[in-house]
Order: sequence, then C-alpha cells, then structure tokens
Amino acid sequence: MNFVAGVGRLFLAFLWHTGHLAIFTAAALSHSVRPPIFGRLIVRQLIEIGYFSLPVVGLTAIFTGMVLALQSHTGFAGFAAESAVATVVVLSMTRELGPVLAGLMVAGRIGAAMAAEIGTMRVTEQIDALVTLSTNPYKYLVAPRVIAAVVALPLLVIVDDAIGVFGGFLVSVYNLGYNPSTYINSSWDALKTVDVLSGLVKAATFGFIIALMGCYNGYNSRGGAQGVGQATTNAVVSASILILTFDYVLTALFFNR
Amino acid sequence: MSAIPKIRMRDLHKRFGAKPVLDGVSAEIAAGESFVIIGGSGSGKSVTIKCILGLLHPDSGSIEIDGIETVGLHGRARDELMRKFGMLFQGGALFDSLRVWENVAFGLIQGRRMEAAKARERALETLAQVGLGADVGALWPAELSGGMQKRVALARAIAARPEIIFFDEPTTGLDPIMADVINDLIVKCVKELGATAVSITHDMHSARKIGDRMAMIYGGKLIWVGRTAEIDTTDNPYVQQFVHGRADGPIRMEVRG
Repeated sequence: MNFVAGVGRLFLAFLWHTGHLAIFTAAALSHSVRPPIFGRLIVRQLIEIGYFSLPVVGLTAIFTGMVLALQSHTGFAGFAAESAVATVVVLSMTRELGPVLAGLMVAGRIGAAMAAEIGTMRVTEQIDALVTLSTNPYKYLVAPRVIAAVVALPLLVIVDDAIGVFGGFLVSVYNLGYNPSTYINSSWDALKTVDVLSGLVKAATFGFIIALMGCYNGYNSRGGAQGVGQATTNAVVSASILILTFDYVLTALFFNR
Repeated sequence: MSAIPKIRMRDLHKRFGAKPVLDGVSAEIAAGESFVIIGGSGSGKSVTIKCILGLLHPDSGSIEIDGIETVGLHGRARDELMRKFGMLFQGGALFDSLRVWENVAFGLIQGRRMEAAKARERALETLAQVGLGADVGALWPAELSGGMQKRVALARAIAARPEIIFFDEPTTGLDPIMADVINDLIVKCVKELGATAVSITHDMHSARKIGDRMAMIYGGKLIWVGRTAEIDTTDNPYVQQFVHGRADGPIRMEVRG
C-alpha cells in the first residue's frame, strides 16, 4: 500500500512540476515578445552567452571535427574515403554535432550561471525587491536571457560548424594526405541548405531550453546555498536531457520523411 | 483615526502545507501612523507584510489599501498599487550587479521611467538624507559594511517617496549604535515623507523607538494591539514574556519545525 502511495505522490509531483513549468514557460514567452524590452540587458546577455562561450565551443568543435575525420577515414578505408570523409564531417557537424555539442557546452556554462545568479537573487530576497520596485522579474531577469540565448546559440553554431569542418580539413589534408581542393569540393557538394538550416533551428531551440531551465530552476530555488546548488545541478541536467530529446524530435521533423 | 484606514487587514489566513502561519490576522493602520508588529521567529510577521505587499497571496481574508481591495489585484492595477510601497528588506536585498546609486535609483528608472540623469541626482540626494556621501554612490554593495548596506537599502526604499514603507527587521545584525542610527533615520525619513510605516521586529528597543502603535503576533493571530507606551503596562502574559525576554511563560518556542 505504501508503495502505491509513493508512486501516486511521485506522479502528482510530476504533474505539479509540469504544470508549474508550463505556466513559467508561457510567462517567459509572453514577456519576451511584449514591450518594454530591456535592450541593454539583452546585449549584456548576448555578450555573456555568445562571445564568452566562443573559446569553449570553438575548442569542442575543432577536436570533434578532427576526431570525425580520423574515425571516418578508418571506417571508409578503401571506399572512396576522400569524398566520404568530407561528407561525413560536414553533415555530422552541421546537422548534429555542431548544435548538440554547442548546446551541451553552453548548458554547462551558461545554464548553471543563470540558475546560480537568479537562485541567489531569490534566496537573498532580491527578486522580491524587484517586485517592490515596480519591476516585473520575468521582464527584467527572464526575458533578456531567453531572447539573448535564442539569438546567440545559432550565431555560435555557425562559427562552431565552420571550426569543426576546418578541424576535419586539417586532419584530412595534413595527417591523412588528402587533396585539399578535392576535400573542399566534396564538402561543398554534400552540403545542402536544409543541413545548415536544421542545425540553426536546433540551436535556437536549445538556446531557449538552456535559458528556460536556468531561469526556471533559479527562480524557484529555496533554502539558501544548498537550494541554489541544487537549482544549478537541476538546470544543467534538465537542459541537457531536453536538448537530446528535442534533437531527436527536430531531426525526425526535418529528415524523417 | 480617519474614516478610511490606509491599510485594513481582515481575517487573513495563510498556510504552508499543513502548517497554518496566519490564522485570522486583522488590523487597521491609519495614514501617517507607524505600526510595529512584534513577535518571535516564525510567528508570521514576515508573511503578514509579504501578503500586504502582494509577494504572497493569502488563502483567505481581505487587505484594503486606501479602501480598495488588493487581494487578487493584478496587471496594471497591481503596478499602480506597488508604486505606493517602499520596502526595507532584512538583509538589504541590494542588487549586487548594480552600483549603489543605481540601486537607489532603480525604482525611479525602471518603475517610474525617470531619466537616468535625473534619477541619479535624486539617488544622491536620498543617499545624503541617510548620511551617505556621493562617493558612496559609485561603490558596489559588496564594498559596504552591514550598516552602510542598511542605509543604502533605506535610501532605496524611500527614493521614490512612497506612501507606505515596510521595514523588515531593520536593525537585525547591526551593532547597538548602528541599530540606533538606523532607528533614528527611519523615524526621520518616515516623518519627512509623511508616510505610513509598517515594521516587523523582535528588537524591543527598535520597536519602542519607531512605533506609534504596536501589535504582537503569536500563533498566527494578533493577540495584542495598543499604543507603544502601553506595552510595558499591559497584563497580557504573552506580551509580558516577550517584552522581558523570559524563557518561562505561555509562549513555547518551537525547537522543531
């Protein structure tokens, strides 16, 4: 009987959290599109999310591209490896690895920071102070982060794609001895608009997920330092899981026809 | 007392889970009056003022400001109402990411759409009112001592010249001299503004100094309300025990939550 009660409680808690998150998402979206928009805060977040994430995202991309080239060279040895490697690298980077790896890295870096900052503001009553100063916390804290993340992630992914493809090119040409112009032509021939477009749509979606999870967990954190720590962990874990889930959903929508 | 009180609470109830925190709080506070609610930790003092401010929603009961019901008020009407309020939080709740003058000017710029230059001028004037020079305005909150942070928080609470100011444990965590300085500043600022003040504290020295009338909250109810001078002559055993800080008496402190 206790087991059944436990399952019931878990199910009710799940429903409560889902409803709570849905209401938060609706409020975040609504405040992101309605004026007033805090331009200065959006620019600050754009710099934080986009510019300062470049090194970590760039490093991830270059090594991913290099590894992809090495691995696919091994796999395609004897099967027109030169064009196959270029195709695998460029399609994997633009369709999948670019947006997913950038999303996961930014979730770790930015999602955690958002949850920690907003969580600290919650437990030190700074969010209550915003309300008493006639400022809507959704408008001031959540909307700028959501807008900036949705804009910054696709921009990051464009750079990320380019660096990843360049990493594959470096290994293919200087390590595996491929012809550089053949490699570039093969990459160019394999690439379609939908490959890049799907990656950018994924990036914008992941940006929304990262900001939403960071803000939601921070906004609802309770109980001092421990609560803020928990919110930070939850923000990164939930954003990472949702990124992988939505990656499948979007891939199915774009390519599974 | 004028016909319409500035604040009227009637039969406020609020519970968190199974625990009732407010169990029928009723009070009337006249315009220009300084009303102090005393009571032990966890007695519902903070919840009472957070309900008046709209930061918490009471489960039942009525809160009128200037004769207008405010429970359930939202949107533009709530925004208009919030402009009447100023609040000094227990821990200051200063925004770490903003300089001192920006903290003080925050409500003017964001809440009242005042030009930044004009708001800065007003912020520096208000800082001077609480005994802080213009040089302090350029500092970050983390660079200030506890007493200075309280003064800045007081300046922020009064900068927009609110009609009602709430003080949440204004002297907690301060040395006795600084606590008395803050008490004097509160009395001076409230008088200069002609505002209504609602304070919650367990510091009896502070309560005597800043209050015209006092109420004691215990078990979620206001068990005693009277003039400040009457606090020492009442035969209410709960008030007697609290005022004299005795462990023995009808008030049993909860050692478990």
